[in-house]
Amino acid sequence: MNAVIEAEHLRKTFGLLVAVDDLSFSVAAGECFGILGPNGAGKTSTIRMVYAFSPPSGGTLHVLGLDITRQARAVKSRIGVCQQENNIDPDLTVLQNLEVFARYFNIPVAEATRRSRELLGFMALDHRENSRAVDLSGGMIRRLVMARALLNRPELLILDEPTTGLDPQSRHQVWERLEELRANGLSILLTTHNMDEASRLCDRLIIVDRGRLLVEGKPAELVSRHVGRHFGHRLIVDVEDGAALYREIEERFCDNGGCVMRMATLEDVFLRLTGRELRE
Amino acid sequence: MKLYPPLSSRFLRVWQRNWTVYRQSWKISFIPPLLEPLFYLLAFGVGLGTLVGNIRYGGTEIAYVRFIAPALIAITVMNSSFFENTYGSFVRMYYQKTFDAMMATPLTVEEIIAGEIIWGATKAVIATALMMVVISFFGLIRYPEGLLLLPLAFLGGLAFGAAGMVCTSLVPNIELFNLPVFLFITPMFLFGGTFFPVENLPGWAQTTAALLPLTHLVDLSRAFTNGRIDAGLLPGIGYLTVFAAITFPLALYKMRKRLIK
Repeated sequence: MNAVIEAEHLRKTFGLLVAVDDLSFSVAAGECFGILGPNGAGKTSTIRMVYAFSPPSGGTLHVLGLDITRQARAVKSRIGVCQQENNIDPDLTVLQNLEVFARYFNIPVAEATRRSRELLGFMALDHRENSRAVDLSGGMIRRLVMARALLNRPELLILDEPTTGLDPQSRHQVWERLEELRANGLSILLTTHNMDEASRLCDRLIIVDRGRLLVEGKPAELVSRHVGRHFGHRLIVDVEDGAALYREIEERFCDNGGCVMRMATLEDVFLRLTGRELRE
Repeated sequence: MKLYPPLSSRFLRVWQRNWTVYRQSWKISFIPPLLEPLFYLLAFGVGLGTLVGNIRYGGTEIAYVRFIAPALIAITVMNSSFFENTYGSFVRMYYQKTFDAMMATPLTVEEIIAGEIIWGATKAVIATALMMVVISFFGLIRYPEGLLLLPLAFLGGLAFGAAGMVCTSLVPNIELFNLPVFLFITPMFLFGGTFFPVENLPGWAQTTAALLPLTHLVDLSRAFTNGRIDAGLLPGIGYLTVFAAITFPLALYKMRKRLIK
């Protein structure tokens, strides 16, 4: 298999806290791979190791075939990263933000400007080229950060919760762009706790909690494998004509719309595996 | 996780980033170094100077305004680099997360911090050049020796900027910069041979002053401004060089400890 990421027995500790515990996964070229988990599950710690931001405490990690601990600079020059924070330069214009960032990759000035304009077009930001970045809306800033991550024409794009805090419209815009990138063959690694996002974008995903791998597979497979029949107070029934059965159940057992019918979703898988309590 | 080499010429990219941002607001950034010496020269040189008259410095009598003008340059070098690499760098590191973004590119922590400190020194040079323009109008700088103030500002800027960056690597929040400012910067500002000769202080205070970097920077600035170039300047240059040679790598080391988690 042509793997862009190969993580084996990956481990990350901060003092006594074990953030990532014996995590193994691999991402194939051209694949969109998701890491799902509640807050504090170790998602960010994991991908920070993948983009050579923080050194693993144990295990081995190869990105684009390179050993992350020994060839970090080579890896970093070939990947694109969208961190969780919108760490743009607020004092600079949209275009300047990209041009300044391109210098970190030693991209020549003329080429940097050309690519910046092209990416602003792709991210539907070309009309705001000369706006100060601080004046952009949250969704636009997010797209600017994505454009910035594509400047070095990465072979792997890494996104840490790309749509957290965005309104539905901006979220869909980000998803469309990511789908287009994926269709063009870019490998993508993302973390999320948005189940729609995972089922829409990811070819394959893992769910982690407390630093450990819970499950791995394709979104649809996971749903049918893990949330089959009963779920808490829910009755999940697999029938051809659900609507008729639902009407009957409702008439006989539910007063004033106490029942709801819906399809099982990936969110059911997620909540079933990681529990329902809040993690604050 | 080491990148080899940890420090390449890419630190210039970080310097360039700050330069680009600085140019956005150059019209405002230019004003303090132009106006500040004017205010000080007016207040101390003219206002206080008429009370003080001439003072004895280095065995000769000189006008008070001639005594303090070079000190103003040295103070500006200290302040512009120290504040750039404390408050300025801290905002970029902590609030704007600029360093985090850079660390996801081929840049190393060492390159980011080196670029920041050299930027701080550059700001000291820019401020010095602007002040020299103003002070030269009063005929208080001798040329061509006075041009040595520019490389001196760079050396002093490295020393104070690196010291500021060491503070940045240590403070948990931005309010705590008050501590080094109050314990390190303000005493030097007052007692580093700036507004009166160090010789006027009691012996123990003179010894303390000689241990502080600003005292040496003021001495050198006074020498270059008045066209005095001799071997007596070497200890001062040596002191600042050693000070920077210790604080600079220390800042890189401490920032790596802080940023790589």
